[in-house]
Amino acid sequence: MDDTRKRAGWDTVIRPRKGWFDIDFKGLVRYRDLILLMVKRNFTVLYKQTILGPAWVVIQPLLTTLVFTVVFGNLAGLPTDGVPKFLFYMAGNIMWHFFAQCLTVTSETFTKNSKLFGKVYFPRLVMPFATVLTEMINFAVQFALFIVFVAIYAAKPDSGVHPNWQLILLTPLMLLQLGVLGLGFGIIISALTTKYRDLAMLVSFGVHLWMYGTPVTYSTSMIADKFPQLLGVYMLNPITPIIELFRAAYLGVPRYSYGYNLLSVGVTAFVFLLGVVLFSRTEKTFMDTV
Amino acid sequence: MSERVLEVDGVSKQYRLGMIGGGTLHDDLNSWFARVRGKEDPNVKIGKEHLAVNQKFWALKDVSFNVDRGDAVALLGRNGAGKSTMLKLISRITAPTEGEIRIRGRVASLLEIGTGFHPELSGRDNIYLNGAILGMNRAETTRKLKEIMEFSEIEPFIDTPVKRYSSGMYVKLAFAVAAHLDPDVMICDEVLAVGDLAFQQKCLTKMSEIARSGRAVLYVSHNMRTVSQLCNRGLYLDGGHLTYDGTVERAMELYGGSSARSVQRNLDEVPRTKDRGDTMRMLSIQFENTQALEYEMDSSMQFTLTCVSHIAEPRLRLRLILQNSIATPIAMTQTEPFEVAAEETFTRRIKFPLDGVAPGEYIIKLSLVSGTPRGRTNYYDTIVDVSRFVIVDDPAVNSGFIWSERLWGNERLKPLEME
Repeated sequence: MDDTRKRAGWDTVIRPRKGWFDIDFKGLVRYRDLILLMVKRNFTVLYKQTILGPAWVVIQPLLTTLVFTVVFGNLAGLPTDGVPKFLFYMAGNIMWHFFAQCLTVTSETFTKNSKLFGKVYFPRLVMPFATVLTEMINFAVQFALFIVFVAIYAAKPDSGVHPNWQLILLTPLMLLQLGVLGLGFGIIISALTTKYRDLAMLVSFGVHLWMYGTPVTYSTSMIADKFPQLLGVYMLNPITPIIELFRAAYLGVPRYSYGYNLLSVGVTAFVFLLGVVLFSRTEKTFMDTV
Repeated sequence: MSERVLEVDGVSKQYRLGMIGGGTLHDDLNSWFARVRGKEDPNVKIGKEHLAVNQKFWALKDVSFNVDRGDAVALLGRNGAGKSTMLKLISRITAPTEGEIRIRGRVASLLEIGTGFHPELSGRDNIYLNGAILGMNRAETTRKLKEIMEFSEIEPFIDTPVKRYSSGMYVKLAFAVAAHLDPDVMICDEVLAVGDLAFQQKCLTKMSEIARSGRAVLYVSHNMRTVSQLCNRGLYLDGGHLTYDGTVERAMELYGGSSARSVQRNLDEVPRTKDRGDTMRMLSIQFENTQALEYEMDSSMQFTLTCVSHIAEPRLRLRLILQNSIATPIAMTQTEPFEVAAEETFTRRIKFPLDGVAPGEYIIKLSLVSGTPRGRTNYYDTIVDVSRFVIVDDPAVNSGFIWSERLWGNERLKPLEME
C-alpha cells in the first residue's frame, strides 16, 4: 500500500478518527510510569489535610458493616447462611465497595480531567487504569482487616466459619474480574457522558440501587428459597456470582454452580471490550464536544 | 543533512458551529422528535439563523508543511486563523478531520503553563508527574532533575506544594520540565508571556539551543520581538489556510500588515471596560505618513483622531500612555485642554514626538480625560490597545551601539556631559 510506505519510519502518525478498533495499547505500556505516578498522586491528594489520613480506608467499611449488621442483621433479622453476621456483611461490603468505587471514579474520567486532556496528550486509558489500581490498594487494606476478623471468628469453636482453601486461591482472579468489570462499566459511562450528562446523574443513585440487586445486605440463598424460579435471572447480575464465590471461599457458605461464574466472566470480557472500544473512539475527538 | 521530524500532510479540521447536540439526552430526543414531525426544532436558539446550527466550519483547510531538524518555526496569524487548532492537532489533543500528521520522535507541547501540575503536590513530585505526562520515564526524570531545578530557579522551594508558588514560579518550573525532556519537536504557545523578562530571555535562549542542537521548535506568539529573536522560519495562517511558508521576516510583515498595525483603525468597535466610552467615544484613528507604523528614532508620529461627545466639556484632554511590548506603562503625555460642545463630533490632528524613546516595539493607550489642576481626573473613554508601533534601531544615532532594551530600558536619555 502506498499509505503504509509513506508511514514507514515515522514514530507517530496522527490520522482522523476511523473505525472502531483503533486502540493504542502500545502507548499504554510505554506510559506505565505515569500510571504508577497517578496512583501515588491519587493517594497523596486524597489524604492531604485530613486528620485521620489513610485510616479512612478502614473506618468507612467498618462503619458501613456495623450499620448493615444492626439494620439488616439484628433489626430486620435476615438470615446470613449460618455465618456470623458481621463477617457476612463485611465480605459483601468490601467487595461491593471496591466495584462501586472503580465504576464511579472511572465514569468521571473525561469530565473530571477535561482540562488536563485539553492541554497534553497521553493515552487516556492511563487514568481509569490508575483509578482501578488505587482502589485495589484500598481494597487490600480493607481485605487485611477482613482476614483478621475471619481469623478471630474461625479460632472460636462453632462459629460456622469454614474457609475453603482451594477457593481462596482464586481470590486474585475474583479481584481482577471485579476490577475489570467496574472499569468496563465506568469507561462506557465516561465515553457516553462526554455527550450526554444525564448518565452522570444516573451513576450515583444507579450504583446504590444496583447494590440492592446484589447479595450485599442479604444472601442469595434467600432468593433461592423464596423465588427459586427467578434464581437464574438473579444470577445474571455479573457481580452476584463473584460475591457468592468470595463468601464461599472465606466463610464457607454454600456455593452455587460455577456455570454462573463462567457466565459472569463472559459478561465481564464483553463489557470491558465494549468499554475500551467506546473509550478509544471517544478520546480522539472528545475535546471538541466537552 | 537535515532530517525531517514533522510532516503535516493535507490536514483539515472541521468544527460544527452552534451547539453540538443539546447537551442532554432529553434535548437531543426533543430535537429528533420535532424533526420527525416536521416541526421546528425547539432547541434552536431564537434569533440565530437556522443555518448556524450544524453549519460546518473549517478551522483548518488543507494545510501542509514540513519541519526539519534545526528549524525554529514561527506560526503566525490573527486570532482565529487556526494556529491553536494546528498545535492541538500536532499535540494529539484532538484528531484531524482529514489528512495526516507524521512525527518522528517525541513531541513536548507547552500549550498552557503547568499542565497536569497538581496544586497539592510538591514541586519535586510535580516534576516527576509532569515528566511522565510528557512521556519520560522515572529514570530519565531523575537524571534530569538537577538540571530542571537549576534552570527553573526554584530549588529552595522544591518540596513545597505548588499551590504556594507564584504564577511566575509555575511557568518557570513547567517550562523547565518541558525543555529538558529532550523533545524532538517542542511546541510552545504564548506561555512565556507570564514569566519576567529575564526568564523569557532565558527560555528563548534555551529554545534556540534546542533548535541548534538538531531538534525543532514550533512557536506561536503575538510578541514579534521574541519571534524574530528565536525563529528562522515563518508560517502564516489566514482563515485556516496556510498562505505563506518561508522566512520569518516575510511572515512577520504579513502579520504586521493584517493586524493592529494597520494605518487606519476603527475604534468604535473596540471593547471598553466598565462605563468608559458612553458619554464620549473615540471613533477612529488614522496614522499619517506611515505604511507600517515603523518610525525612525527621534522622529515623530502624526495621527488624526475622530471622537464623538454627548456632553459639553470645557477642559477635555487627550492623554497618551506609552506602553512597552508587554503592555507595561513607560511614559505619559497629554494635550493642552480644549473645549467640546454637546453632541459634537470632533477631529483633532495630533503630533506625538518620539524623542528619547528607545528602539523597540510599543503599544499606545489613549484616554479622553478632563483634569482639574488639583489632580482630580475624570476618564470618559479609554482604549488600552489602540495600536502597536515600532521604533527602528539605528546604531548610527546610538554612536555605534545596538540598543539593548532588556538591559537599558525604554528611554534614551541625552548623552552624559563630561568636563
